[in-house]
Amino acid sequence: MIQFNQVYKRYPGGHEALKNVSFGIAEGEMVYLTGHSGAGKSTLLKLIAAIERPTSGSVLVRGQNIRSIKREAIPPLRRNFGLVFQDHKLLFDRNAFDNVLLPLQICGFDPREAAKRVRAALDKVGLLAREKANPIALSGGEQQRLCIARAIVNHPNILLADEPTGNLDVEYAHEIMAIFQSFHQVGVTLIISTHDEGVLAKFPARVLHLKQGELQ
Amino acid sequence: MNTLREHLRVLRETLQRLLLTPGASLLSILVTGIALSLPVGGYILLQSMQTLDARLGTKPQISLYLAGGMSAAEIGKLGDRLRRHEAIEAVEFIARDAALKQLRQSTGLADVIDGLTQNPLPDAYVVHPKSRDPATLEALRNEIQAITGVAHAQLDSDWLRKLEAILNFGQLAVALLAALLSFALVAITFNTIRLQILTRRQEIEVVKLIGATDAFIRRPFLYFGMLQGLLGGIAAWLLASGMLYAMNAALGELTRLYASSFNLPSLSPADSLSLLAFSAYLGWLGAWFSVSQHLWQIEPR
Repeated sequence: MIQFNQVYKRYPGGHEALKNVSFGIAEGEMVYLTGHSGAGKSTLLKLIAAIERPTSGSVLVRGQNIRSIKREAIPPLRRNFGLVFQDHKLLFDRNAFDNVLLPLQICGFDPREAAKRVRAALDKVGLLAREKANPIALSGGEQQRLCIARAIVNHPNILLADEPTGNLDVEYAHEIMAIFQSFHQVGVTLIISTHDEGVLAKFPARVLHLKQGELQ
Repeated sequence: MNTLREHLRVLRETLQRLLLTPGASLLSILVTGIALSLPVGGYILLQSMQTLDARLGTKPQISLYLAGGMSAAEIGKLGDRLRRHEAIEAVEFIARDAALKQLRQSTGLADVIDGLTQNPLPDAYVVHPKSRDPATLEALRNEIQAITGVAHAQLDSDWLRKLEAILNFGQLAVALLAALLSFALVAITFNTIRLQILTRRQEIEVVKLIGATDAFIRRPFLYFGMLQGLLGGIAAWLLASGMLYAMNAALGELTRLYASSFNLPSLSPADSLSLLAFSAYLGWLGAWFSVSQHLWQIEPR
């Protein structure tokens, strides 16, 4: 499903974020991405989501090489992903419901069908009662869950989560991990970047550890 | 069906966005309306002058005023001679009595004419030459002038040619004005959309991240430009119609004094539709320039 071959990522100015990284992730697998901040976790996730391109080497996602992917091919590729961001990237000019609706609008869903799916996703993360609330009125944990609802509403094959439990207390973190675990059980490929030891211990899975841009 | 629904959704959202800042929207629409109403007004004026031109007939003619005291036979012989002339297409005789009657009917001078003891008008021939060339016409006029029995031959094309020249000049002026103001409209929309893109930067980044196509991202901005242009066109139409109404009221007074009826025509349905389509297109164009200029700069990081 995802294949990295001798991937280098060098930023302008000479900083090398990834050095000779090679690994593969099978369909339906759950993988942790660990390492200190600045070790290249975010860069790696950005390469998978075609937000950035590798400097050299190949990144294959669902058979497409991110290094040479055409601009027009990026939106359809991204629709396979659910993206969970550390900073949530919610839109504060609309309520929780409309935030989750956004990915379905982009795909041109039938509004009634879309509304059903949005409510199902909100229910899954325990926010059904807050659908009319503006995200700014939600707590940090609720915002994170709303971001997850938006990521899963489209029934993605691959879920990429960048520090999803980063700023949350243990109880919330475990709640969110339990949600992820349930997606894993229905066959979604999961890649979660984290440095939360508690999470790793409680929800064990394969770990890719990055150190200064190199895979250990 | 899917796309239609999507377009309707964007249209509804765009309307909401316009209503969200009613003051700014109204101002932009008014500016557009005023800018467009100027060339539209000029166009209507020109058009009405052209219909006037056509009514008078732009074909040049030579009026022949005959000397007094000619017998009917002499007049007829002169007419035959003119008709046989190869440079002349048609000849029309206007008897002095008929001319007086016409004058009496078409002007408000009935009282004055009734007071005359005798008819001051001469018999006349109106000659329609084949050529329109000024030099040829002048030569023909001189030739006819020299015929015995012709008191005076007058070439009537001069002022018509002047009118035509003025109309051509007016057309050019209106076209230039329209071009300049259109350009200004495109620039205004360009800037409006640029500001919108900047304020919606975060939203654009997010929808790009979750797989929105460029077309999806562009659509609301293009709709906004188009809708604003269309509303501006409607404003221009209303302004131009208002100006026409006011001018016609004033003209009515004037033309009554000149014993003719002359009205500025209102915009025809076809012209009105063209105006709306054109202003919507200008808005769309400005938005399109702006979007293609600014959107690619916003990439998620």
